[in-house]
Amino acid sequence: MLTYMLRRTLYMIPLLLIVSLISFSLIKLMPGDYLTVARLNPNLSEQDIQEQVERFGLDKPFLVQYLIWLKNVVQGDFGRSFGTRMPAFKTLFFGGRLFWTIIIAVTTLLLTWLFAIPIGIYSATHQYKASDHAVTFFGFLGLSIPNFFFALVLLWLLVVVFKIGDKGLGISGLLDAKYYGQPFSWAVFVNYMWHLWPVWVVIGTSGMAGLIRLMRGNLLDTLSLPYVQTARSKGLAETVVIYKHAVRNAINPLVTVLGLSLPGLVSGSIVVAIILNLPTVGRAYFAALQQQDEPVIMGALLFFSLFLLIGNVLADFLLAWVDPRIRYD
Amino acid sequence: MAKWLRRSRKQEADVVPPTEAVPREKEYISRSQGEMIWRAFRRHRVGNVGTVVILLFVVLAVFAEFIGPYHYSQQFRRYPYAPPSIVHFRNEDGSLSRPYVYKTTRSRDPLTYQVTYPEDTSTKYYLRFFVRGQAEYSLFGFIRSNVHLFDAIADDGSRAEVFVLGTDALGRDMFTRCLIGSWVSLAVGPLVILCVFPIGILLGGLSGYYGGGVDMFIQRACEVMLAIPGLPILMAMGAALRGFGLSAGMVFMGMIIALAITGWGGFARVIRGQVLAIREMDFVTSARAAGASDLRVIVRHITPNVTSYLIVNATLTIPGMMLTEATLSFLGYGIQEPMTSWGALLNAATNIGALELHPWILIPGAFIVVSVLAFNFMGDAVRDAVDPYSIV
Repeated sequence: MLTYMLRRTLYMIPLLLIVSLISFSLIKLMPGDYLTVARLNPNLSEQDIQEQVERFGLDKPFLVQYLIWLKNVVQGDFGRSFGTRMPAFKTLFFGGRLFWTIIIAVTTLLLTWLFAIPIGIYSATHQYKASDHAVTFFGFLGLSIPNFFFALVLLWLLVVVFKIGDKGLGISGLLDAKYYGQPFSWAVFVNYMWHLWPVWVVIGTSGMAGLIRLMRGNLLDTLSLPYVQTARSKGLAETVVIYKHAVRNAINPLVTVLGLSLPGLVSGSIVVAIILNLPTVGRAYFAALQQQDEPVIMGALLFFSLFLLIGNVLADFLLAWVDPRIRYD
Repeated sequence: MAKWLRRSRKQEADVVPPTEAVPREKEYISRSQGEMIWRAFRRHRVGNVGTVVILLFVVLAVFAEFIGPYHYSQQFRRYPYAPPSIVHFRNEDGSLSRPYVYKTTRSRDPLTYQVTYPEDTSTKYYLRFFVRGQAEYSLFGFIRSNVHLFDAIADDGSRAEVFVLGTDALGRDMFTRCLIGSWVSLAVGPLVILCVFPIGILLGGLSGYYGGGVDMFIQRACEVMLAIPGLPILMAMGAALRGFGLSAGMVFMGMIIALAITGWGGFARVIRGQVLAIREMDFVTSARAAGASDLRVIVRHITPNVTSYLIVNATLTIPGMMLTEATLSFLGYGIQEPMTSWGALLNAATNIGALELHPWILIPGAFIVVSVLAFNFMGDAVRDAVDPYSIV
């Protein structure tokens, strides 16, 4: 098991290398390079620009540039943001960006599971009843609403229809202005929660339908297996049959989905963060993309890719852990 | 299966076997596979509704230039952010009338200084159908015409602007733009699938059928594709495309290719798995024993067995692609002006101030939700119908 985990983790390195090469070539494909952008910037002297050119080998062939970038990254240097002149690493991750990106992803994931699995079980045990159809319909509805549109509608509802501004509440950002710089207290926590629930609702609903359908389908499959019939014929209570015998086995395939749902969470959070003005890596990436801020774009793409791979690896570990039949050699 | 269980438990309860006489000459109907799939599909009511909605959208898209009263980039300078026109059905005295609209003029409220569009009730402009308008178009590329489905014309022949869904900041008719936007939004899914399927089937098929080094190589490539973060990379690709100053059509093509490139990995993997399983089956062995070539085995014996997966995958991938396209266009990294799509139309709604005063700019979102929902329901029905092992 330990060697499996180690190998699986180490395998991420070549994948990351290839993905970074692809991202790098994509950025170099963008019309207009650093020099044209930099020359337009009055804050940069010709000397500064020359320094950058030498440091990143910007006058050298493409592959050499990539290798220089790679060498710097391995040494922990992501370069400087063209826009802010700050280290790209700081622009991307500091100011709570990394923290909130991870918090939003993890809490959304947990909440989706917390709601989706009981609903899926309910749906399966009430197959073809009106409630089952209703669950299916709302699940599909959540799946069909684009995250950005849902966020816009929520924004419109809260600001224009319910006029939360009159109640002294905001929706944009993570905290209302009056709580800035205050020590952590109950009121601050409540305010955080107030700003986070639209994020959970918007991102969560898009992943929920798939999970509910999967849980429902798996449980229905499991319930039709002979061992469940045996359990019933032994006279076990229906709740025991369902929760102890069937659900335990129906959940296993869902673990694989856990890893696959991470990219969805990340892309969902990019859009929501842009609309609701949240301090996340996704929004920093969006801003960098608009300014063609190459070092920041590269750093962000590497981060997203790493995030995705970690999700997949964690899902593999989890699956190996919950299902002892999985061979990991 | 669950139904069968319930029935068996019931049978345990009433010990008396069913007594009604079995009709001696039972009628056997033999149905082709196509008929069986069609019957199963018809059973899924919501899926049928979804299919009808999609067909409706397709009709609207095909005849968009005829149904929309104006050209999609025509700017009515005097009508920025005009609200949806109010269609009246009653005269002033309350008697029923043919539907008509009034002309509106942009003015400002003297107190709040807000823009309003008060109606000028002196002349009634009746909605007339199949009338000639200003916007020329050519349907299917060869039927040139300027006949539009409707326009508002007064008895003296003068016209009033009729904006079914209001206008945007530049005074362009949102209804026409939504119809034209459906071209991109509806076409993106099927076109991406047309690109992904050949790549995925070829690579997945080769990988599963031959195994060994080929398999090894293709699988590593798939893993790389799966390690690429989809939306961020697509955004970067969109940014790269945007900078070249390509025409709208080329940008659209580029977007399709970008979606296909990032999408084939997972698809090829599943195909590989299916081919791997089918390859070991007896009918493949016997085909080989009968001297069939590899190509014949793949085309005649293996491919038909993955078609049900292909059909299901296609119908369930389309809504996902539509959502991705909408998101990209919304962020400004998808389709570019002057062409538009539902997602691009919503870009105007990011400004909460504009949204507050002109809530009708959210309407394109309803088109997205309804069409994607319809596709999802249709996909669900198709899956139930095509999958021979599904629990019905």
